[in-house]
Amino acid sequence: MLGIIRTIWLSFLHLFHKNVTVQYPEVKPYLSPRYRGRIVLTRDPNGEERCVACNLCAAACPVDCISLQKGEREGRWYPEFFQINFSRCIFCGFCEEACPTYAIQLTPDFEMSEYVRQNLVYEKKDLLISGPGKVPGYSFYNISGLAIPGKDKGEAEHEAPPVDTHSLMP
Amino acid sequence: MVWWWAIIVILGTVFGVLAVAALSTMLERRLLGFFQDRPGPNRVGPFGLLQVAADAIKMLFKQDWIPPFADKPVFFIAPIIGFLAVLISFAMIPITPSWSVAGHLNVGLLWVFGMMGLHVYSVVLGGWSSNNKFALLGAMRATAQMISYEVFMGLSLLGVVMTAGSFALSDIVEAQKHVWFVIPQCLGAVVFFIAGIAETHRLPFDLPEGENELGAGYHTEYSSMKFGMFFLAEYAGMALIASLVTALYLGGWSGPILPPVVWFVVKAFLLLCFFILLRTALPRPRYDQLMAFGWKVLLPLSLLNTLVTGAVLLLRAGA
Repeated sequence: MLGIIRTIWLSFLHLFHKNVTVQYPEVKPYLSPRYRGRIVLTRDPNGEERCVACNLCAAACPVDCISLQKGEREGRWYPEFFQINFSRCIFCGFCEEACPTYAIQLTPDFEMSEYVRQNLVYEKKDLLISGPGKVPGYSFYNISGLAIPGKDKGEAEHEAPPVDTHSLMP
Repeated sequence: MVWWWAIIVILGTVFGVLAVAALSTMLERRLLGFFQDRPGPNRVGPFGLLQVAADAIKMLFKQDWIPPFADKPVFFIAPIIGFLAVLISFAMIPITPSWSVAGHLNVGLLWVFGMMGLHVYSVVLGGWSSNNKFALLGAMRATAQMISYEVFMGLSLLGVVMTAGSFALSDIVEAQKHVWFVIPQCLGAVVFFIAGIAETHRLPFDLPEGENELGAGYHTEYSSMKFGMFFLAEYAGMALIASLVTALYLGGWSGPILPPVVWFVVKAFLLLCFFILLRTALPRPRYDQLMAFGWKVLLPLSLLNTLVTGAVLLLRAGA
């Protein structure tokens, strides 16, 4: 009996509490930098595509919404096309975790509704952004030991010159 | 009453009740929102007031569908009975000394109870004619709930009727010149209010609807304006119970300074808000708990109230 009256009183007090609702279109909600929203492809500090078309994101994707084709240019791999079907995407972020080069990243943006379903298939030109996203200053080819034109083996950051295996003979 | 004034009063009451029923859906949604720390519908029109109009348009233009397995004439007439019963009950409510259709009728309260008895039929027939398990279960619950709570509702009123010495609602309001009946009849008032909630099958006593176990209960198969009539009848019934409590226990139109109509409306409005507060605060009891509460708690309480009131009245008359 007392419990019922207490419940009624406590509910009544909520009349004077502040609303928690965010009036969405007028007031935007705060989204943390780690929010898993629209997926982008980033570039390295030199403005080159970070994606090396390794297909790990497509393999990790639980709903198979990513498809891409590897191409090769001056010894570097790149995606000839890169599609994300956002009508399938569940924004789980596995692609971002799988990516070895920080190329694919999820951003705090969810306002991507479309009237036509086909428009939800984003091509590479829709996905590529001009900056490095959440990881500034990282460039895969500057760190990896892969030889590309202009950078031979042993010339990457924090990399020692390759050991001459023939001189190691006892 | 002059005949043209009578017509104005009748039309004013009918349309007033309709407007109150429509607006109280809005009031309920906004208030429920505030009780739950959210604004409620606030997009359509100023403060979301036009939401009522939008809902009405939606309701009117929905497909009016009668299921092929339903008993068509009964299915058709059930919501009309419910709606009319509530509307006619309002004729007995004395809003002010001059504004009431039949507040002076010497069987006013009995008439209201007769109409509430008819209201049971709308729910029962609606559920029965739908030929649907859920609707039938809802109607069955409604029958037991409404008929048994009508007993305590009537009994709890006997104290008021004995004290005022009249069944006419305006006489009962006049009898509260000095002290509102809610003070000497507090037990009866509480029982009447609880029974009133059960009678209009409002939450927390909305077992006939019980959406999580019965779909939508007795009006599962109803659509469009037929559903709208059940809906309006429920809210008009809520307003009816609020006005009845106001007239019977809270002194009706009487109050200092302000005009009588303002006092009546303010009291009824606060009661409506309390109805909504109860909805937001309390969970729905189980069916057997509801019946046990009615027959084992409310019935003895209302009998005790009648007994004590009668004894006091007799002693006072003897002295």
